[in-house]
Amino acid sequence: MIEVKHIKKTFGDKTIIDDVSVKMDSGKCNLIIGSSGSGKTVFMKCLVGLFVPDAGEILYHGQDFIQMNGPEKKEIRKQIGMLFQGSALFDSLTVEKNVMFPLNMFTTDSYRQKLKRVNEVLDRVNLEGANKKFPAELSGGMKKRVGIARAIVLNPQYLFCDEPNSGLDPLTSLVIDRLIKEITLEYKITTVVNTHDMNSVMEIGDHIIYMHQGLKEWEGTNKEIIFSKNDKLNEFIFASEFLKDAKDMRMLEMSGKIDNDRNMDDIMNNDAPFDVSQ
Amino acid sequence: MHFFTELGRYLMLIKGMFSKPENGRMYWKEFMHQCSEIGLGSMGIVVIISFFMGAVSALQTAYQLTSPVIPKSTIAQIVRDTVILEFAPTLVCIVLAGVVGSKIASELGNMRVSEQIDALEIMGINTKTYLVLPKILAALLTIPALVIISMGLGIMGGRVAGTMSGILPANLFDNGLLENFVPYNVVFAMSKAYTFAFLISSIPAYYGYYVQGGSLEIGRSSTKAVVVSCVAILFADYILAALLLND
Repeated sequence: MIEVKHIKKTFGDKTIIDDVSVKMDSGKCNLIIGSSGSGKTVFMKCLVGLFVPDAGEILYHGQDFIQMNGPEKKEIRKQIGMLFQGSALFDSLTVEKNVMFPLNMFTTDSYRQKLKRVNEVLDRVNLEGANKKFPAELSGGMKKRVGIARAIVLNPQYLFCDEPNSGLDPLTSLVIDRLIKEITLEYKITTVVNTHDMNSVMEIGDHIIYMHQGLKEWEGTNKEIIFSKNDKLNEFIFASEFLKDAKDMRMLEMSGKIDNDRNMDDIMNNDAPFDVSQ
Repeated sequence: MHFFTELGRYLMLIKGMFSKPENGRMYWKEFMHQCSEIGLGSMGIVVIISFFMGAVSALQTAYQLTSPVIPKSTIAQIVRDTVILEFAPTLVCIVLAGVVGSKIASELGNMRVSEQIDALEIMGINTKTYLVLPKILAALLTIPALVIISMGLGIMGGRVAGTMSGILPANLFDNGLLENFVPYNVVFAMSKAYTFAFLISSIPAYYGYYVQGGSLEIGRSSTKAVVVSCVAILFADYILAALLLND
């Protein structure tokens, strides 16, 4: 579990994160959402220790990460896996060597044991047989999956994903989202995902934190977000007309005006709440 | 003010390199890799420059020594001393600042921009120790070795050019090499080689490690690293000459 208490981060005279407090539970996908420039990347970088907050506490299972000394921080970092926006794979190493890197650095296992573990995680992310490929030979989705494999190879307790779907097509995004969700449940880890992809929000958002101009504007689940009364959040999530229509549709369903069991063609042709021709 | 900020950050980078390695075997592997990249990777250019540098030096010295009073073997002495004192350590290191410096700066810059350094940090690895220290140690080991090779090749170049052009026969050149040889000159040259090796590796590492932006900035920082390294080499060359060659 990660608990963040009143953290603040400024660059010069600009406040990027302002008094944000949040609790992130194990075995759940915690999503940080918000438009570009809302401070979510800085917030995540503070959580993993790439930035030091000006004030506040970041507690990993009750221990304040900010107050820890170097060796203590290193111990916590060994329990952290991170998937970067650009995957951050080592260009000169093959997929196998990339995934094996943390094992080489932090374990004394034999090569055979390490290879077994690498193959296990590569199988887990559906990349069996890609061992000898170099990052330049992989598609965007494959790179992300290698990134996930490298992040989970040491069985971390915390998984951080920075915009896991950026640059991916909707179908591959869905695969990555589901993979993150499955891994979270399987390994019972605390997953923190930084995204502005509404599909991800609806697909894996067990706990959602909406950030706006450095402040935590809203907190809830993917079931609650669609009915939120927060204007700023609504402006963000319903920037897409389609989602606005989907919300109307859901409202109609809930109020009983649309029968869920009815044929979809009937709904579309007769009382669709949006203009089908568009 | 900006200069002192940069200098402070550079010194902090150097200080930050000294920490206990997470895994000695991985660091040794990285060190050996860098030895191969810096040492073997630059061997070709060093061989070519050194040989021709000595050859040209022999021809130009002969061209200027027209007096019949001065023995021909003096040409060998002048070639030997210029190659050992200046050409091999300084000229070769300036070329290496371009070859090795740009490579180090762009490699680290690319790792920074593509978040590979962040990835290592999050794994709990001290990136200054893992990425910068092996480069500096490898440079300290291989660049002085390259300078020694350069000295030998430079003198050999002078001998070959002298013999082939008929300026002085090989036996006369060899005799000249042994006359008035000051071993301290080699010590001085090696002091320069170690100093320059440190500058060539640490300055580009600094510019690469702290690069911000994208591919354009990587190019800029690479260029800046080479320019600053060359200026630092010339400055250090003067300081060392003033300190170590003053009787």
